[in-house]
Amino acid sequence: MMENFLLQLFIFLAASAIAVPIAKRFGLGSVLGYLIAGIVIGPFGISLIHDVEEVMHLTEFGVVMMLFLVGLELKPSMLWQMRVPILGMGGMQVFVSSLIICGVTLCFLPWQQAVAIGLILSLSSTAIVLQTLKEKGLMNTAPGRSVFSVLLFQDLAVIPMLALLPLLATVALPNDGHHDSALIDISLLPGYQQFIATILAVGSIFLLGKFASRPIFRAIAATQVREIFVAAALALVVGISLLMTVVGLSPALGTFLAGVVLADSEYRHELESDIEPFKGLLLGVFFISIGASLNFALIGESALLIAGMTAGLIIIKWLVLVVTGFSFKMANSERTLFAIALAQGGEFAFVLFQFSKVNGVLPAATIEPFISSVAISMFLTPLMFMAYEKFAKRSNNESAQTRESDAIDPSKHKVILAGFGRLGTDLGRFLLSAGVKPVIVDHDAANVDVLRKLGFKVYYGDITRLDLLEAAGAAEAEVLVITIGEIAKSRDLIELAQKHFPHLKVVVNAHDRQAAFQLMDFPVSTIRRETFGSALSLGQDTLQVLGVDPYEAHRLVRIFKKNDEEMMPELYQLQNEEDRYIARYQEKHADLETLMKRDLESGTSALDLAWTAKNPEL
Amino acid sequence: MKKILINFAHPAKRRSKINAALRDAIADLDGVTVNDLYSQYPDFHIDVQREQCLCENHDVIVFQHPFYWYSTPAILKEWQDLVLEHGWAYGSAGKALEGKLVFQALTAGGDASTYQPQGFNEFTIAELTSPYRATAKLCNMHWLPPFAVMGVHRELADEKVQANAEDYRRLMMAIRDDRFDVSQAAQSPLLNHQLDNLIRRP
Repeated sequence: MMENFLLQLFIFLAASAIAVPIAKRFGLGSVLGYLIAGIVIGPFGISLIHDVEEVMHLTEFGVVMMLFLVGLELKPSMLWQMRVPILGMGGMQVFVSSLIICGVTLCFLPWQQAVAIGLILSLSSTAIVLQTLKEKGLMNTAPGRSVFSVLLFQDLAVIPMLALLPLLATVALPNDGHHDSALIDISLLPGYQQFIATILAVGSIFLLGKFASRPIFRAIAATQVREIFVAAALALVVGISLLMTVVGLSPALGTFLAGVVLADSEYRHELESDIEPFKGLLLGVFFISIGASLNFALIGESALLIAGMTAGLIIIKWLVLVVTGFSFKMANSERTLFAIALAQGGEFAFVLFQFSKVNGVLPAATIEPFISSVAISMFLTPLMFMAYEKFAKRSNNESAQTRESDAIDPSKHKVILAGFGRLGTDLGRFLLSAGVKPVIVDHDAANVDVLRKLGFKVYYGDITRLDLLEAAGAAEAEVLVITIGEIAKSRDLIELAQKHFPHLKVVVNAHDRQAAFQLMDFPVSTIRRETFGSALSLGQDTLQVLGVDPYEAHRLVRIFKKNDEEMMPELYQLQNEEDRYIARYQEKHADLETLMKRDLESGTSALDLAWTAKNPEL
Repeated sequence: MKKILINFAHPAKRRSKINAALRDAIADLDGVTVNDLYSQYPDFHIDVQREQCLCENHDVIVFQHPFYWYSTPAILKEWQDLVLEHGWAYGSAGKALEGKLVFQALTAGGDASTYQPQGFNEFTIAELTSPYRATAKLCNMHWLPPFAVMGVHRELADEKVQANAEDYRRLMMAIRDDRFDVSQAAQSPLLNHQLDNLIRRP
């Protein structure tokens, strides 16, 4: 049994490890890679896996996690701003698509079944579309946001659909009653109690996220045991899904809500980086199982019917989306992407078809070809994205001026500030005053709380971890500012950043000259010695109090500073050659001696040359 | 009594003799404010509000400086660029400097004969200081020719330095006490050219 499980696991993982890099290599994107891997290892390929439906059902949880992550990136205020596209565009797309598909289906099937199919097929694939948009970096563009709004509305629409579908039952149920919930069956309760339970469930998510999450996460973070935080994050997502299932709501919606509530939390990046790999893996396996579930025998038998249904599905949805785009006054390029992105059936269709079968709405024979065409339409989506990109590139070249610039999301930060202690505080204040909003990451939970109370955007976490660095936006950021006190940690972080994000410019603080030498091993943009600036400022003040002309004192400091900075590379060289057995204090002393000698040599001669006319008494 | 603002600009005061003497001659006078720009703003970060306030509180504005490269030390240009704002110094709403007297007090290396069309420097002091004259016109100020100590490259004797300093002090007192013939001075090539004729006896 165990052996069998491990074998299956191995097949899934190995298939992704082989197929995804190959697909990416050919520019197909990871989603298509997973799908192809699924076909290859599926019952119609080399037939390595069984129980595809079970696997699919299990890994649907990836979608739930994905919505949690999407929620984390959406603040409540932002969600409120998007209410028009969500309700307007989403509502129009779902309603009109359902109506037309229902109308077409009505020519072949009774009205109850037509309505059910219309509703089910109006949904698109959140998993494939969001994954592809993210991969192509389109999430924060105008069409990306419109697409997301519609998908969000669809996820909401699943809930009333689940309630509505059983009312359309026409087929005699194969078995009477069903028991879905493992804990309590809420459907046994009277109507008003069901309603109260639902409200309580949603309310508790809100309250938990708003008030209880912070102290809980703080306590967990204080243990400094990494996997406990991961466990807590997973428990949160799983727990909410469970709660939602019990009250009969969509788990995806529940975790999305939890994500939104936690979007303002300082633990957001930590949660994101903890959940992300699980989500990625589950979704990957989910895509594989979609690929594997393509019933080629059926497709082969009724090739024409399924091809027609698939084409019809895509064309109807595409047309509705184009009209929606027009009525919301989208720009040409925006509308094209919007319509292509959502013109497919979604993974919810599998769930809902299954649900309809169980509830006697649709007979199995009717469902089979529909499931195939939904799967094919999902398979075609990444290909359509590729076609769009080719087309967009060409039309871009033709009319570079007509393309509208993407709306720049003001929340996109260009600077990551690692460490927010003594030095980071003033630095952060300064950057904020200059209009640069850095993503601030600090490892001291208490520090983070205080600073957040002061209105800073500070996140808790260990920035020397790759996943957190990534979650902080290292891929899009331009500059990484390091104000960590520990030199070893600074070095680790620089090494990590330069290995994985070579584009990132690094500006780093060194607490003294020795630390600066250690940082000079890396090609970083700027190294500042933390006490050097203060030392020189105090020196300038001293001269002024002694009665030296302020401008002269200022110039002396500048000359000294310039000399010192010019000396650093040379001293660094010396440092590396010196016998490493020399005691540290001796080393320091020698260092100082060299410095002082050079100071005396170059000293104030530069000052004497300035403004000297033939007669210096001018 | 007129109030006089001396905007003093010298980047190397330690080595200055003549400018220092001129400055010392007037620093203690009632009604005269010396504003040492290089000391006030060693990093060139000029406090525009403070400077505008000083200008508004004085009737006469003097720019005292060595004549570097036929012009002023760098900070005076920065001062002009920042302080003379549109809507304050000029423009339809810029009346803050209207009617105030303005002139330069400068020390130049070459003597007067070099600042002639036939001389070594080819241009007259009046020509070379014309940007200040144009600036004064734009700001509706009353422009006067410069007070110029010339030929300082040929080490001026101490008595000569003293005499110039004394002239400078007399000029400032006369302007302050309204004993200065402004309209006649405007016709003169330099303020210290026949200074006695421009100052009325009390």
